[in-house]
Amino acid sequence: MKKPLTHIAVVGFVMFALLFGSTSWVQYVTADSLNNNPLNNRRILDQLARDRGPILVDGTPIAYSEPVDDKYKYQRKYGSDNLDPRAYASLTGYYSVVSGASGMERASGDYLSGDSDALFYDKVGSFFTGEQPRGAAVELTIDPKVQQAAWDGLGNQNGAAVALDPKTGKILAMASTPGWDPNALASHDSTEASQAFKNLEAADGKPAYNRAIGGNLYPPGSTFKVLVAAAALESGDYEPDSQLNGPATLDLPQTTATIGNSHPGACRNGGKPTLADSLAESCNTSFASLGMDLGEDAIAKQAEKFGFGEDLEIPLNVTPSSFPSDLNPPQLAQSSLGQYEVRSTPLQMAMMTAGIANGGKMMKPQLVDRVLNANTLEPISETRPSQMSRPVSGDTADKLTDMMTGVVENGTASVAKMGDTKVAAKTGTAQHAKGAAPHAWFISFAPADDPQVAVAVVVENGGNAGNEAYGATVAGPIAKNMMEAVVEK
Amino acid sequence: MNQAPSQTARPRTYRLAELGLLILAIVVATSSYALVGLGVEGTIPANVYGYAAWLAVLGIAIHIVVWIKAKYADPVLVPIAVLLNGLGLAMIYRVDLGRDEYLGSGMTQLIWTSLGVVLAGLIVIFLKDHRLLRRYTYISGMAGLVLLLLPLVPGLGSEHYGARIWIKVPLFGSFQPGEVSKILLTIFFAGYLVSYKDQLVAAGKKFLGIQWPRLRDLGPIVTAWVASVGVLVFERDLGTSLLFFGLFVAMLYVATSKASWIILGLGFFAAGAVLASLYFTHVQQRIDGWLNALTPEVYNKEVGGSYQLVQGLFGMSNGGLIGTGLGEGRPNMVPFAESDFIYAAFGEEIGLAGLFVILLCYLFIFQRGIRTAQQLRDGFGTLLATGLSFTIALQVFVVVGGVTRLIPLTGLTTPFLAQGGSSLIANWMIVGLLLRISDNARRPVEEFHTGVLRITEDPEPVPAGAHANDTAASARTVDEDAPTTNLPPADSRVFDDEAPTTNLPPAGARPRGQAPNDTDATDQRPTGGER
Repeated sequence: MKKPLTHIAVVGFVMFALLFGSTSWVQYVTADSLNNNPLNNRRILDQLARDRGPILVDGTPIAYSEPVDDKYKYQRKYGSDNLDPRAYASLTGYYSVVSGASGMERASGDYLSGDSDALFYDKVGSFFTGEQPRGAAVELTIDPKVQQAAWDGLGNQNGAAVALDPKTGKILAMASTPGWDPNALASHDSTEASQAFKNLEAADGKPAYNRAIGGNLYPPGSTFKVLVAAAALESGDYEPDSQLNGPATLDLPQTTATIGNSHPGACRNGGKPTLADSLAESCNTSFASLGMDLGEDAIAKQAEKFGFGEDLEIPLNVTPSSFPSDLNPPQLAQSSLGQYEVRSTPLQMAMMTAGIANGGKMMKPQLVDRVLNANTLEPISETRPSQMSRPVSGDTADKLTDMMTGVVENGTASVAKMGDTKVAAKTGTAQHAKGAAPHAWFISFAPADDPQVAVAVVVENGGNAGNEAYGATVAGPIAKNMMEAVVEK
Repeated sequence: MNQAPSQTARPRTYRLAELGLLILAIVVATSSYALVGLGVEGTIPANVYGYAAWLAVLGIAIHIVVWIKAKYADPVLVPIAVLLNGLGLAMIYRVDLGRDEYLGSGMTQLIWTSLGVVLAGLIVIFLKDHRLLRRYTYISGMAGLVLLLLPLVPGLGSEHYGARIWIKVPLFGSFQPGEVSKILLTIFFAGYLVSYKDQLVAAGKKFLGIQWPRLRDLGPIVTAWVASVGVLVFERDLGTSLLFFGLFVAMLYVATSKASWIILGLGFFAAGAVLASLYFTHVQQRIDGWLNALTPEVYNKEVGGSYQLVQGLFGMSNGGLIGTGLGEGRPNMVPFAESDFIYAAFGEEIGLAGLFVILLCYLFIFQRGIRTAQQLRDGFGTLLATGLSFTIALQVFVVVGGVTRLIPLTGLTTPFLAQGGSSLIANWMIVGLLLRISDNARRPVEEFHTGVLRITEDPEPVPAGAHANDTAASARTVDEDAPTTNLPPADSRVFDDEAPTTNLPPAGARPRGQAPNDTDATDQRPTGGER
């Protein structure tokens, strides 16, 4: 029995070796990721007992902790007198004793709780002064006026709106509807808090999705034509006045299917519109044939340069937008109109718009403006603008700006006219399911000659207008109000 | 454990070493208890001296019993058991303090500890030779099976959290008979396998380059498998089912030296696992809760979700390398931190470093058990020592592997640490048995003659000693692997200082086949007088 006994001993030793390994795996190798797991309410319990820093918008806290007399010591609260917590829920997220944290509460959790290494000197300071260490304050880039315009504009419709400062990448507004109230989730009563969490998960319209950067993504519809136009100009083979083929209906190769225009009849200039005309009246047939002429690679490359397919943290996680691959000509034609399997976040479309507005330099979108010492309000760190990519040349950007200004002045986006201020825009009305009302899109920036704000708005299923919806009529006014909140201040 | 090369020299007893380790264990356990009070309440518990004294009395008592009755016994078993038990008491007390309402479960556990130590002592005192147990092979088997199935009796069994493995005992509360039954079944497996191993070794068809057993010899393994699956289906206890089958296959392999049994065993296990995961929702839930533990859907599922497992992981990761310190963590966030998840509670408060010490303690018990098995000359003892130490190793593997997400979570208790009387008693009984067996393994021949052997039976006629030595020598050269001949003949002891001393005749004294049903009968025959 000696030999098998040795084998059993080896089996035993291997089992113990595995246990040493798995224990080290949990306690050492993956310990950090487990500690930071969003489900980990243990961290939150530790942090709840501390004075968590506030999240500020223009100096006003939209999330803050108040001392209370229970075991958690501090109650997290959202919103303030003139800031509706529901309008900011997709930004702040929740901070719950049962469900962990989401949104900025999670993404900037280390700063808010005071755990971040960047706060080291502050912590040393409070150690010597004997003060209770306090989390840092996180100030967002959000402009409350723009945010309010987005929130009011979306109203009871489901959708999202994003506004960027094209020169810095600062996110001036990011709204997602339906909104929800994080206060219910922050309850210290664990039954109440879990019920609130369940309600949020089960609620109609999935409010827990931040539609501006995630959720089920939308086909961008005709707003995508701007990207196709960019690819055309970048190819060197097209100019804004290049003539395209824009008949009333376009026969697609390999199938019996056809593409028609949203208005009856051929496009401008007797079915031979220029590239600029095509954008202005959102001609489907000319863009479909342009897309097929450019080819899948050229459009995919241009999409990639604008940030499609790229992971992004602002520091919230942004779901990458996508352009399909391996397309046959009919699919490519559809994709060139932002249909088929093209999927985009409103933030992605806002980034594209901002990149064009900023002379072809696309800035990295930022949601955190500054991190401040919560007691003294002295800045600990400030976010510097950084260029993310160079999707188009300055020349192309100027041409696109002119063409998009044309969309407002003599095209589908006349709704966005703002008096003396020149506005550049593009509308979109995206079909996404048979029988369902289309998504209404609007992208724009203003002033066109000195851009201060770039906007993307989407209203799901036509919003209140339903089947009658067009991007211009449903999403356009929202975008215009948001731009006005910046330009006319 | 080197033996003296001469017969006259006594092997060392290491009793003082045991005493030293024991004192160390008591000091560590008492300090842990005090630190828990300090961490949670800010003061050292008022009863710390009484607690230390009680632990010391128990430890010293078993030490004295071993010194008198089993002085060659392995010296690390008792200190390790006391250390683990003491740490467990401290953590149970700690979890209790963390509750909203104090239940005093530390005290209950201390009473069970006392009972366990007393039982271990009684085993050492009254069981003079482990081979006596072989007489009770079938009684043990029956009793083990009955105990295992007792929870299924209506009115007697009680179901907690899906598993039906408890019975209600008046005055005692609930009891897990499966814990004791694992000892009885180990005795049964040892006795049964030693008797029938020749048959089980017999070669069947050769297939895929491996000599498979004969079809008709598959009975025992099929029975063990059916019983294990039965436990899984009717008691819904994945852990116990796994433990028994693993134990049986391991012992079967040691008894027969045939790898084909292992392959068969793994095959049966795989079949059982596939069947179970296809047809039983509680098994599916466990697997789902294991694979997708960290997804919010599984985590938030009310029944059969991964909440407990993941909370345990969070607790452990919170502990990190050195832990939060006793009384400084939040072990109460993990459901059943005092029993099923006590390993996670330790991980949080004494860190990776502390868990390594705990794992090393278990590894030591296993290693000493296997070492003892190697030193023994009787097949029954070898199998028994292997089985007992392997159950501890396997049980630790299943529990700790489950808690650390190495394997799906099953409901087994962590030996010596977890709250629960049945488990504690069973594990102390295992310590008692291992003490007795290890004492026999190292006891010099002379002392055996005057002691135990007189009471042992001699069921077989004694062959002439000279003849026996002869055959043994030849048998050994002929067949190294023959189950009963791998031990050197008694005389060769002088040349082989690894071989333990013994009072037994060469194991292979009788040519194989002469008494196929009881090849180990010679184990019980004194021969010293013939030399």
